[in-house]
Amino acid sequence: MLYWDKEKECMSRKELEELQLRRLKETVYRVYAFVPAYRNKMDQAGVKPEDIKTLRDLQKLPFTTKQDLRDNYPFGLFALPMSEVVRIHSSSGTTGKPTVVGYSKKDIDIWSELMARALTSAGATRYSVIQNAYGYGLFTGGLGVHYGAEKIAASVIPSSGGNTRRQIMLMQDFGTTVLTCTPSYALFMYEVMEEMAIKPVDLKLRAGIFGAEPWSENMRREIENKLEIDAYDIYGLSEIIGPGVAIECASKQGLHIAEDHFLVEVIDPVSEQVLDDGSQGELVITTISKEALPIIRYRTRDLTSLDKSPCDCGRTHVRMQKVLGRSDDMVIIRGVNVFPSMVESVLLNIPGVEPHYLLIVDRKDNLDQLEVQVEVSEQLFSDEVRKLEELGAIITKEMESALGVNARIRLVEPKSIERSEGKAKRVIDRRNI
Amino acid sequence: MAKQISVFLENKAGRLSHVTRVLGDAGINIRALSIADTSDFGILRIIVNDPARAYRILKDAGFTVSETEVIAVQVSDTPGGLAAVLEQMSEANLNIEYLYAFLGTAENDALVVFKVEDIDKACSTFKEKGIKFIDEKQLYEL
Repeated sequence: MLYWDKEKECMSRKELEELQLRRLKETVYRVYAFVPAYRNKMDQAGVKPEDIKTLRDLQKLPFTTKQDLRDNYPFGLFALPMSEVVRIHSSSGTTGKPTVVGYSKKDIDIWSELMARALTSAGATRYSVIQNAYGYGLFTGGLGVHYGAEKIAASVIPSSGGNTRRQIMLMQDFGTTVLTCTPSYALFMYEVMEEMAIKPVDLKLRAGIFGAEPWSENMRREIENKLEIDAYDIYGLSEIIGPGVAIECASKQGLHIAEDHFLVEVIDPVSEQVLDDGSQGELVITTISKEALPIIRYRTRDLTSLDKSPCDCGRTHVRMQKVLGRSDDMVIIRGVNVFPSMVESVLLNIPGVEPHYLLIVDRKDNLDQLEVQVEVSEQLFSDEVRKLEELGAIITKEMESALGVNARIRLVEPKSIERSEGKAKRVIDRRNI
Repeated sequence: MAKQISVFLENKAGRLSHVTRVLGDAGINIRALSIADTSDFGILRIIVNDPARAYRILKDAGFTVSETEVIAVQVSDTPGGLAAVLEQMSEANLNIEYLYAFLGTAENDALVVFKVEDIDKACSTFKEKGIKFIDEKQLYEL
């Protein structure tokens, strides 16, 4: 099956835009009427719901940030009374007060529908055995995928994150065909398979749907070669709905954003100006069908670009480029922007280098220092110092030409960099600025 | 010829003691060793009584390990003994990557472990010039 909902996914742009405008107007009226925080912001900006006459008028509305969610903790931005809210999810709150999101019955239905589209786009059907290794709980990954997988009537294994050996045992014994988890966890599973002397070719695994953290094309190649599967990128964030906001199709040339439910813009994160399609910037999303927590122009911090050109798969929804990084993951080294994904790309182009790495940023004598820790695999190891030093020099050179900044490469022992069962930690910034 | 086990070590406290403890607990005896070090990492090179088992045990313990072919050459334990061997190697254009001394002796000669660029050429040169080197089996039993 090619599409879950062909009518919506392949809608003509004209019809789609009519639907979007109708839903946008409705959403703006609702938040103005029911959410004081939105009404205040709109009043301050001097914009009334009736000012939204075209899709371009979206630009008149103020942005919403993570801080707005925190300031209105926990339920201040909800547009429905709690009696209508059927589910609450929350971020872990590691960087401050957690952000809380709520769903109506209809929101959950739409979310399930979006995940059903996403799973279908990645080739899953009712005959698939989907092992869902995203964490179940307050995090939206687990339950989001779960509801979609049940919607398409696949067989779901709700394995959640962790206990990697058991994950692999389940995969083997239950004949998992589709794996859903973070890309870094997928690679960690491969390492554990090797330890358990299990070969991916002996498993039924055919596809993986990976998201919740940025990952490079090279990482995709690595996962596809090692696990012998097709790896699809999925995008989403709890503030908007959770996973399923955008998904890759078989062409793997960008992720289709479910435009019948979300309006997207890309802005310059500094000037906040809306950029043309094709330009890289920060993704901004407006929900146009959410009931419990409608969000206007949410600044995702994710960096990407948009492409409205027709896709081979027949879907008409705009594609976003694979997320390059997060503006808050980005480290500025001596004025140069460095993303972990750039480092990953460089490393994976060097034969034998494993995609386990860590960036350590420090400041010595008022000068930023970037250290990249790289694990020495058996394939790279030599009993001669000269050869290992040559390897370090090659990585240093490649890194400098790709990043435009000098990085010190430190070879470390295998598995000494912490493995993650969820989102991988790629940067440690020790600068006290 | 003999098998040397090489281990990658990060320059961190306790790494060397960890390797040697893992080997000790497995009943493996170290017969010769050398460490090459840089500011960031070191390479431990050892000759042990059972290289195949040592390799497996270290790998299982999570170390990056490799096996390398080396030659243990008998060198007269007198002044100028090593110089004589090195001079003959130099005459034969044998490139040495590194060398280190063995703990035991053979027939009252000292033993020096050589890693050379071309091991086959080294063996034939040694035979030609009458330089004695010890075979693998004998070495592990010393």
